[in-house]
Amino acid sequence: MIPRSQLWLFAALALAGGLAAFSGRMDPYLLDVAMGVGINLILAVSLNLINGFTGQFSLGHAGFMAVGAYTSATLTTTLASKLLPLVGGQPWILFPISLVMGGLLAALAGLAVGAPSLRLKGDYLAIVTLGFGEIIKVILQNVDFVGGARGLTGIPSGIPPYTQIVTFWTIAGAAVTVYVVWGLLNSTYGRGFLAVADDEIAAESMGLNTTRYKITAFVVGSFFAGVAGGLYAHVKGYINPGGFDFNKSIEIVVMVILGGMGRHVGVIIAAVVLTLLPEGLRELGNMKIANPFSPGTNIYLEWIKDIRPILYALLLITLMLTRPQGLFTWPLWKKKSA
Amino acid sequence: MPPLLQLDNVTICFGGLTAVCEVSATVGEGELVGLIGPNGAGKTTVFNMVTGVYQPTRGAIAFAGKPTVGMRPFEITALGIARTFQNIRLFPSLSVFDNVRVAFHLHLENDAVHSLTRGGKFRREETQIAERTLELLEIFNLGRVQNEPAKSLSYGDQRRLEIIRALATRPKLLLLDEPAAGMNPTEKVELMKLIQFIQEKFKLAMLLVEHDMKVVMGICQRIHVLEYGRKIAEGTPSEIRANPAVIAAYLGKEHA
Amino acid sequence: MAEFLQQLINGLSVGAIYALIALGYTMVYGVLRFINFAHSDVFMIGSFVGYYATKKYGFPSGTIASGLLVLVTAMAVCAVLGVVIEKLAYKPLRGRSTLTVLITAIGVSLLLQNAGQKVFGANPKAFPQLFPTTQIQFGGLTVSSNQIIVLVVTIVLLAALYWIVHRTKIGTAMRAVSFNPTAASLVGINNDAVISFTFALGSALAGAGGILYAMNYPTVDPLMGTLPGLKAFVAAVLGGIGNLPGAALGAMVIGLVETFVKGSRFSTFADAIAFAILILILLFRPAGLLGKLRVEKV
Repeated sequence: MIPRSQLWLFAALALAGGLAAFSGRMDPYLLDVAMGVGINLILAVSLNLINGFTGQFSLGHAGFMAVGAYTSATLTTTLASKLLPLVGGQPWILFPISLVMGGLLAALAGLAVGAPSLRLKGDYLAIVTLGFGEIIKVILQNVDFVGGARGLTGIPSGIPPYTQIVTFWTIAGAAVTVYVVWGLLNSTYGRGFLAVADDEIAAESMGLNTTRYKITAFVVGSFFAGVAGGLYAHVKGYINPGGFDFNKSIEIVVMVILGGMGRHVGVIIAAVVLTLLPEGLRELGNMKIANPFSPGTNIYLEWIKDIRPILYALLLITLMLTRPQGLFTWPLWKKKSA
Repeated sequence: MPPLLQLDNVTICFGGLTAVCEVSATVGEGELVGLIGPNGAGKTTVFNMVTGVYQPTRGAIAFAGKPTVGMRPFEITALGIARTFQNIRLFPSLSVFDNVRVAFHLHLENDAVHSLTRGGKFRREETQIAERTLELLEIFNLGRVQNEPAKSLSYGDQRRLEIIRALATRPKLLLLDEPAAGMNPTEKVELMKLIQFIQEKFKLAMLLVEHDMKVVMGICQRIHVLEYGRKIAEGTPSEIRANPAVIAAYLGKEHA
Repeated sequence: MAEFLQQLINGLSVGAIYALIALGYTMVYGVLRFINFAHSDVFMIGSFVGYYATKKYGFPSGTIASGLLVLVTAMAVCAVLGVVIEKLAYKPLRGRSTLTVLITAIGVSLLLQNAGQKVFGANPKAFPQLFPTTQIQFGGLTVSSNQIIVLVVTIVLLAALYWIVHRTKIGTAMRAVSFNPTAASLVGINNDAVISFTFALGSALAGAGGILYAMNYPTVDPLMGTLPGLKAFVAAVLGGIGNLPGAALGAMVIGLVETFVKGSRFSTFADAIAFAILILILLFRPAGLLGKLRVEKV
């Protein structure tokens, strides 16, 4: 008999297929937003494994995303002419392979970042991961093969069959990421991550190899960040190193914090809300409201778009001052289950 | 047969401070040994060296004949040494159940991949572990609170939970660091019975750091005494009670 | 050889500014065990004080006296800003997990940057000449008067800091709080006041750094603080976080290394150098050059 969690996974994959088939007829803007939600979901849930569950405060997640994005994009653009014939000219085989390659290289980067950082805690770990993210960015800016600081253009996106392929893999990717992180954590083995986050010395004394847990978290988390990067590249059609900077990392961190650091559902909700919020604010900014005080004229809300980043920062500060445990959490206790 | 735990001239220096100096001691299989001494004598430091949290500057430690210096704490736990902490170190974000369950990790056959495939073997082992965890909790009467957050337990219950958690690793030697701290006399009597019960049921050797002399004298078969990082005496409870160096260490030279 | 000496002077000049910023990081970490992420943006505000003081509020420029006036004004404004941030954003979180405070600090940093972009405008602005400028040539080297002012002002400020920390009551109190806050409060030290003072001091130095930095780089913009701030933080860690002379030493090292890298083939990697140093330090000598490793009591 198949465990319930796997049934959910298959249902989600079926949904992905259905939506992918339909995607050609969807409003491109809505499709774009939906893709954004899926990608941010993968980013937030994968970071949740590292930050939320294992307590490793990583501020460089965007760097792993960049590695995945560039790897995947290179395979479908610069190297496409060599690779497509190998898969019988089928982009729907090449694309997932490029995603996986992106994920694997990102995982390698995760290993490179995680391994030296093992001894570090809290603030120091945060700064080092931040530093690694910046180093990855600087390296990418200096590699002309992938476009250097100008970026990589011409990534296939927005046209069939890529529309359908990318749609499928974004939703499927989100479903798989959620399943993997949830599945890992919900086992005796997986409780170890939480134990390591709570008290490393006690965890080691209970026989847990804290090093292996931390590295596993980094590697798995960065793998999915890489996959998200690959998807991102094929949704936007263009990437440059500047788009994967510290600010991007912070965006993802905020989702994890808002969602309650180590809560599966909360982080998912946070990712969805925080992806839709800017769109909502943008729409709001485009609106005009009839001015009740002087009929016949309108109030324009364009200034909302201007202050959006400021609101964002204020949100963060207020959240930490009032409800650091997250916005989308409630007194749900982590139930035991297998 | 060599002793289960053997310390040979173990010394550790922190910067200019020699916290433990040339301490040699043994714990035999199934023995209940006490480690006492005034505050600052280095008792917890000895524990930390045995469990691999600190590395001795000089000297050797062997468990079941195997040298342990340089091994990481989890490797030493895998050999069969478990411990509790002076200041309780439970996993605060985990439930009572999970605190114990996670300690079964050492003997897991399933790993990360199995958590994802979740096949029959995985589910069988998880069920088995859940049963064993509950069993352990029931022995100590904590089954009823298994889903509560560990930090919501009373102090005495938290101490017992820490012991249960250590037992889940299936140790041959259990190190207890001041298990009676903060307990009232009734609780201490309960604790003494508990410790003896554990020793019999789980066939363990135990090394106990404790300040309460009633507890130590009441259950320990042998006692090592430390003062300022050095061992000043070793013997049975009655020998230690009469030992002038020990009396001097605790009560001052005039009483020796 | 002349090339080398030239780079040396450039490096020391850059290092001096990093030192001023690094001291703020290290002092706050010393008393609170927390990395003030927003510090780099206080530095930025310092530069903008200099800009607006001369461009909008009619402060004179071009003489030594006027330059010093702007410098002192920037330091004062930043000191106040630092204390305000501390009281509003950090003090309420005292005692909470380091992560919560760190994220709040990031939030404050973002707030200053984003508000700065809205209020000052995101475009870089040309920074005026505060002090009279000349170039001094000797022995094949060119030193600008601005560089000399940077070095002189830094030395004066460092000396003043040293005097405050080691020769005044409040300085002793700062050191006491950094060793053991509980004990400090038990002997009658007002920890809150000391912490606020530390922030004020560190922020004033950052403000000075902002002015000096802007003098040597032609433009200012609201995001200018991020990179120098990170490098200054690395400098603080390099020297041993919490250690004041260490921060200055670390800053000089970073400034020199960065300058020499900029002059080499690998100039495009100059910005990543500081991070590479950070990672190496944390791997091989986490206590820093002059720091002491604290052993966790188990």
